[in-house]
Amino acid sequence: MHQFTIEPLFGSGHWSIAGYNIAFTNSALWMAIATVALFIFVAGGSKRQLVPGRWQMAVETFTGFIDGMLAANVGPNGKKYVPYIFSLFMFILFANVLGLLPIGVFGVHAFTFTSHFSATGVLAVMSFAIVLIVGFAKHKLHFFSLFVPHGTPAMMVVPIFFVELVSFLVRPFSLGLRLFVAMMAGHVLLEVLSSFVIDSGNANIGLFAIAGVPSFILMVGICALELLVAGIQAYVFALLTCVYLNDAENLH
Amino acid sequence: MPQIEQLAATYSSQIFWILVFFGFTFFVIGRGMVPKVMDTVAKRDNQIADDLLAAERARKQADAEEESWRQRENANRAQAHALIAEARATAATETEQRLAAAQATIDGKIADAEAGIAAARKAAAAEIETVAAEATRDIIGRVAGLSLDEGQVRAAVKENLVHG
Repeated sequence: MHQFTIEPLFGSGHWSIAGYNIAFTNSALWMAIATVALFIFVAGGSKRQLVPGRWQMAVETFTGFIDGMLAANVGPNGKKYVPYIFSLFMFILFANVLGLLPIGVFGVHAFTFTSHFSATGVLAVMSFAIVLIVGFAKHKLHFFSLFVPHGTPAMMVVPIFFVELVSFLVRPFSLGLRLFVAMMAGHVLLEVLSSFVIDSGNANIGLFAIAGVPSFILMVGICALELLVAGIQAYVFALLTCVYLNDAENLH
Repeated sequence: MPQIEQLAATYSSQIFWILVFFGFTFFVIGRGMVPKVMDTVAKRDNQIADDLLAAERARKQADAEEESWRQRENANRAQAHALIAEARATAATETEQRLAAAQATIDGKIADAEAGIAAARKAAAAEIETVAAEATRDIIGRVAGLSLDEGQVRAAVKENLVHG
């Protein structure tokens, strides 16, 4: 569990604004690394060539992917959310993938800030707030009709309204918790398996052959799976935000 | 679980820094750079669409030109055929006329020659008659000692030449 511990860096533990601590922690450092890496990635693809190079092609693939996702889920109104969804998707993707970097072999420890719900929660609340703001700005109080699906019998309107309201209000929690749980579970799994390898290796050669080697082989597979999960969770976060934005933009 | 144990101590720093860095990501990368990238893509798509349109137009024009060329070509060929047919007809007529003229000349010459031959034959026949009549009279005069009238001898010879 030590890999999830947040520690202030550079003696910034006492930094604060209005009494709130804002220490520059290892978590903040990896947010900065993800941001810089993403900046370099996108800047490298902003050459605006008519015939794109490989790097530009890669960046355009991602913008095209987000654009297509919004077009499919929200429709033509979704175009204006491309910057937000792109930032969200790429920020989470870079955070997830950078957190999986095997730089432990150099004595440095990667930190996955998306395995903290205090970070994913901010992103989830932000997406939810945008949905609320857009929904109420566009449809005023008519937005509440979202909670009463078409064809609801008159006597069921009130119960359905509350059921739908609860499912709507759960969205920011499910959005933030899903990412946090998926990232943390993967890292814990890898840590448990690697502890099997090391502990059995320290015990004796027989145990290492029985438990250590299979665990190591399994870890190789799970590492690949974690890379997949890193992409899928970023995709799910962005996709669900799109789906919620669709509710706000188009109601039913 | 540090996420919960450290929550009270670190939530403000987590929220602050993710807002700072996600804010930078959104405003600088998302708002600043992504629209330029998408603009480039849109421009390229437009250019490709325009180029395709131009290519389609050029192809249509080429088709039309080929069609008109083919029509011209067909007309030229028909004209050439007509010229050849006319020339052939003219040549045939001329040849016929020349042949007819030559034939006429040849016929004339043949008729003259035949007339000449007939005259010669008649003259020769008359001479033979005369010679035969004289020879007959001489033979009669010498053998029989008769002196016959020349007209009588000739009539007899003529009769023998015709029937003999």
